[in-house]
Amino acid sequence: MRSSLNSVWLLLNRFLEWFGELGLFAWQVVRAAVKRPFEGRELLRQLDEIGSKSLPLVALAGAAIGAVLSLESRSSLVRFGAKSMLPAALVYSIIHETGPVVTGLVVSGRVGAGIGAELGSMKVTEQIDAIEASGVNPYKFLAFTRIVACILVLPLLTLAADFCGVLFGWIADTLVEPVSFHRFINQGFVGASFSDFLAPTFRTSVFGLIIGMIGCFQGMRTQGGTAGVGLSATSSVVLSSLFVILADVILVKFILVFFP
Amino acid sequence: MMMHPEQELLLDVEESRAAPAIESSGGKSDGPAVVLRGLHRSFGSQIVLDGIDLTVGSRETLAVLGRSGTGKSVLLKLIIGLQKPDSGSILIHGQEITLLHLDALNEIRKKMGFLFQHAALYDSLTVEQNVAFPLKRHTKMTQSEQRDRVKELLAGVGMEGDLKKMPSDLSGGMQKRVGLARALALEPDVLLLDEPTAGLDPITSGEIDELILKLQEEHDVASIVVTHDLHSAKTIADRIALLHEGHVLIEGSFAELEKSDNEFVSEFLKRDS
Repeated sequence: MRSSLNSVWLLLNRFLEWFGELGLFAWQVVRAAVKRPFEGRELLRQLDEIGSKSLPLVALAGAAIGAVLSLESRSSLVRFGAKSMLPAALVYSIIHETGPVVTGLVVSGRVGAGIGAELGSMKVTEQIDAIEASGVNPYKFLAFTRIVACILVLPLLTLAADFCGVLFGWIADTLVEPVSFHRFINQGFVGASFSDFLAPTFRTSVFGLIIGMIGCFQGMRTQGGTAGVGLSATSSVVLSSLFVILADVILVKFILVFFP
Repeated sequence: MMMHPEQELLLDVEESRAAPAIESSGGKSDGPAVVLRGLHRSFGSQIVLDGIDLTVGSRETLAVLGRSGTGKSVLLKLIIGLQKPDSGSILIHGQEITLLHLDALNEIRKKMGFLFQHAALYDSLTVEQNVAFPLKRHTKMTQSEQRDRVKELLAGVGMEGDLKKMPSDLSGGMQKRVGLARALALEPDVLLLDEPTAGLDPITSGEIDELILKLQEEHDVASIVVTHDLHSAKTIADRIALLHEGHVLIEGSFAELEKSDNEFVSEFLKRDS
């Protein structure tokens, strides 16, 4: 009994310690962010690295989800005689939840692992020390640029996932029962307003903050050799995915309050 | 009062400690480049540095020797501010750096060059980009001026033909050369070299030593070289400090170290020779 209590206590301690260190890390990044230089060139490089290179995977995931949702929903809706609701159900589901969450999880897998492994490898090979020794702040040069890039590209990638989801949802639907894209879109966006788009898409900026922050934090605190790098990459993905899901639940509640 | 044998030893070399600093500075009237006083650093319960006192003249080369794990690399990281000491003082050209704000510390770092043990080249950048990195960050040079400067620096270390290569395409010795060129990019006053010949064959080690000597002559810098390689220390250093159990056990010229009757010093020199 005592030993299990001890283990729980130790686990809680480690969890709180991790949070404390994450808080300090975030503070260092914020402090570095407000000072010159603003690392525009490195930010552009990261936008390309994180944004452009994630686009194919995100688009594919969005397309697959759209096609599957279309096929799965169709049979259910036909059973209840609500076949005509399919475009609206598909669009609503993709824009409100599936698109943002799938984008968040796909990017946390690809980018979270990438950042964790890259910075972890730089840490164990003393490259981060070399940056610092040359009078450059690594919190700004490495962490801030990646975090901002994640925050900026996530909404754009979400739009791409949404578009591909709706497009492939229509393709899957039209293969079963031909319908024009124009009609599908018209039916899909009936009653939809701009705020239906805005809040869910921009909540992915919070996902971007989580993915960038956790990836950089786990990478820059890497210890040990290659095993440490592997551990950082894995923990970056696991933790960022976990916090993306948690943030999604909390943000959905917020969005429902502010955009009923 | 009874004196610890190590303290006696330090007193013996007290004279030699002060003299070469002035002598080797070539009569330069300005103060020492690096002064360390009572430097302590622990990791948990393990005391690594337990009161280090060292002075390096502005054109002097000090080699720091010692067994593995005696805190030689930690000492260099403290000097450049990558780690903070638990207590003690670090003066770079008379300026205390342990209390400096990061921005002020970065200004000091721009005048210091650091060659890491494994060179620590940025593996996503080419050789040219690695050497240009500090120039891009801290100078207002145009791109063509930067290119010229990089070529000049790489020519100085015999790597002018490898501008477009990636660090992974280079051998250990070549990486050290590029690391040295990068460390010299901003014309530092203080050069910190962490095991410049570690892991290299004797011929390449000799080449690196010659290169360091040549660079010291050309660039007029104060250097602190951490090494296990006694032959290298003898070749490139004006003075040698031997670390043992967190202290500077003995400090002086190689000849003075050889004359020492301290058992550890004799054993160290014998094993390494």
